[in-house]
Amino acid sequence: MTDRRVVARPAGLRPAWLVAGVLSVLVAMLLGLAFGSARLPPASVAVEIFNQLPWVRVDSGLSDREVAILIKLRLPRVVLGLLVGAMLALAGAAYQGAFRNPLADPHLLGVAAGAGLGVTAVIVLGAGAATELPVGVPMAAFAGAVIAVGLTWLLGAAGSRDRSPAALILAGVAVSAFLSAAQTYLLQRHVESLQQVYSWLLGRLSTAGWHDVLVILPYVVVTGVIVLAQRRELDVLTVGDAEAASLGLHPQRSRYLLIIAASLGTAAAVSVSGLIGFVGIIVPHTIRLLTGPSYRSLLPLSVLFGAAFLTLTDLLARTVAGDAEIPIGVVTAFLGAPFFVLVMRTMKSMPT
Amino acid sequence: MTAAISVRGLTVRLDGNLIVDGVDLDVAEGEWVTVIGPNGAGKSTALRAIGGLLPHDGEIHWHGTPIARLHRRERAKAIATVMQSPVVPPAMGVYDYVLLGRTPYIPPLGRESASDLAVVDEVLAALDLEPFAGRRLDTLSGGERQRVFLARALTQGAGILLLDEPTSALDIGHQQEVLELVDRLRAERGLTVLATMHDLSTAGEYADRMILLAGGRVVASGTPAEVLTEANLAEHYRVRVRVIDGEHGPLVVAVRGNPNATV
Repeated sequence: MTDRRVVARPAGLRPAWLVAGVLSVLVAMLLGLAFGSARLPPASVAVEIFNQLPWVRVDSGLSDREVAILIKLRLPRVVLGLLVGAMLALAGAAYQGAFRNPLADPHLLGVAAGAGLGVTAVIVLGAGAATELPVGVPMAAFAGAVIAVGLTWLLGAAGSRDRSPAALILAGVAVSAFLSAAQTYLLQRHVESLQQVYSWLLGRLSTAGWHDVLVILPYVVVTGVIVLAQRRELDVLTVGDAEAASLGLHPQRSRYLLIIAASLGTAAAVSVSGLIGFVGIIVPHTIRLLTGPSYRSLLPLSVLFGAAFLTLTDLLARTVAGDAEIPIGVVTAFLGAPFFVLVMRTMKSMPT
Repeated sequence: MTAAISVRGLTVRLDGNLIVDGVDLDVAEGEWVTVIGPNGAGKSTALRAIGGLLPHDGEIHWHGTPIARLHRRERAKAIATVMQSPVVPPAMGVYDYVLLGRTPYIPPLGRESASDLAVVDEVLAALDLEPFAGRRLDTLSGGERQRVFLARALTQGAGILLLDEPTSALDIGHQQEVLELVDRLRAERGLTVLATMHDLSTAGEYADRMILLAGGRVVASGTPAEVLTEANLAEHYRVRVRVIDGEHGPLVVAVRGNPNATV
């Protein structure tokens, strides 16, 4: 069918955008590795990263101390930022599609608060031993996340017959408040853990090590595979459940799968990085504006640009105020809150 | 001859309320059957159940095969439904919307093939929609959108077209345009059409046979002339009507006054 007269091209991931996404990840990585309290020349950083590959030997010109900063401190932090950013952006896009709600986001749905409560419960009640295991904290976060999203969904459906986007978000706010209150109560009863929990709550990218990367990697892979595999289903779901069913899909099954996968990804991100908001709103909506609404391009690009975005935000958080590091969640909230208003203003033209 | 669709004892309850109560109907291959009835008669519910979209009791056969036995994707290749007011996805292009009709043919995790795109191109050309292919669906007028909805259903390649109030949002000019289009496609592609409609005269002009539903039951069926009688309509629509012989079937006009008085 090479002589097909092109009427229009189907939506999908354009190679140019894929290249742009990969480049943005590489640039963000390089900047994140080069800048900070100790400044390293970006070119040397790039050479040193090559040097670390097992079959390459090149001299980057960095001192041993600089190499140690690069590989032991900065690289795990940058890699963790990439993974967490990719997960939060992908989860946001997946929730938006599954709930057909442009405001859906891991934080606004209460998912992050649920995950936070799960982690707090493990740290506080727990069994110090459980926190050392690679499954303890993420699994507690996952359980909290799934319970939270379930509560939000039920409350949102019960509170509004027309299933308006606002009802779901209001339910998410209520669930967030309730779970945060439960978390505060737990902390008050266990003041001895306050320090440990708070350092985690404010975002732990600052203390990231390779251990954290290995803890969340499996969850990131599972979530990524499940959500990306549903990209075409998400496009069909935009026409509504009845139409999607008449086209041969199982809308409710796809929805459950997506929500559980997105909650798993959120939980993994939260369990290593604490509460970082708005990434799931900022990144997917910016991509929609640039490349259109199709989830076939939105989901893979959310992974790439989400990773780049959080890495750059982290760079901002640790450089903008000199030596004093700002919690990364504060930076994303500064960027995200105005963006949220922007999305709300355009919602009339994008009824979901 | 086996009917394209054969329905026996179709019963649907929604939230515990009996909406469709033991409906029997047959639609022969290539036939156009229109279901009429007052608001709340269960027309749309019956149509959605026949499309396999609602849990129901009773039997629905498609060319002799129980549709309950068909896989969802197989059913989507056999029966295409155009809903009463389909959701218009924000910012989606016409081409992508029409391509959604190929969903049951695209393997899970796969992508659309050249033949899928060829079907879309052919349908867009047949419905004079090529100039709109690059437009956003939400920028089209009501009549243009209805043609796009129809195009989406046609790309499913199904022999049976279920149309729920296909013209309710259109002015009379565009109503006729859409129905003429359906009739032409029916002839060209050997489609079987089962529709619900409110406008009785228009319904009668296009249907081979009609079924009058009231309270979830079939209260009259037959040719338009047999169903669209002053007595039938007075009884079930509670309105005084006058039925006039038209060129293509009875023309129904509502007249003020007591429905039980003769006109």
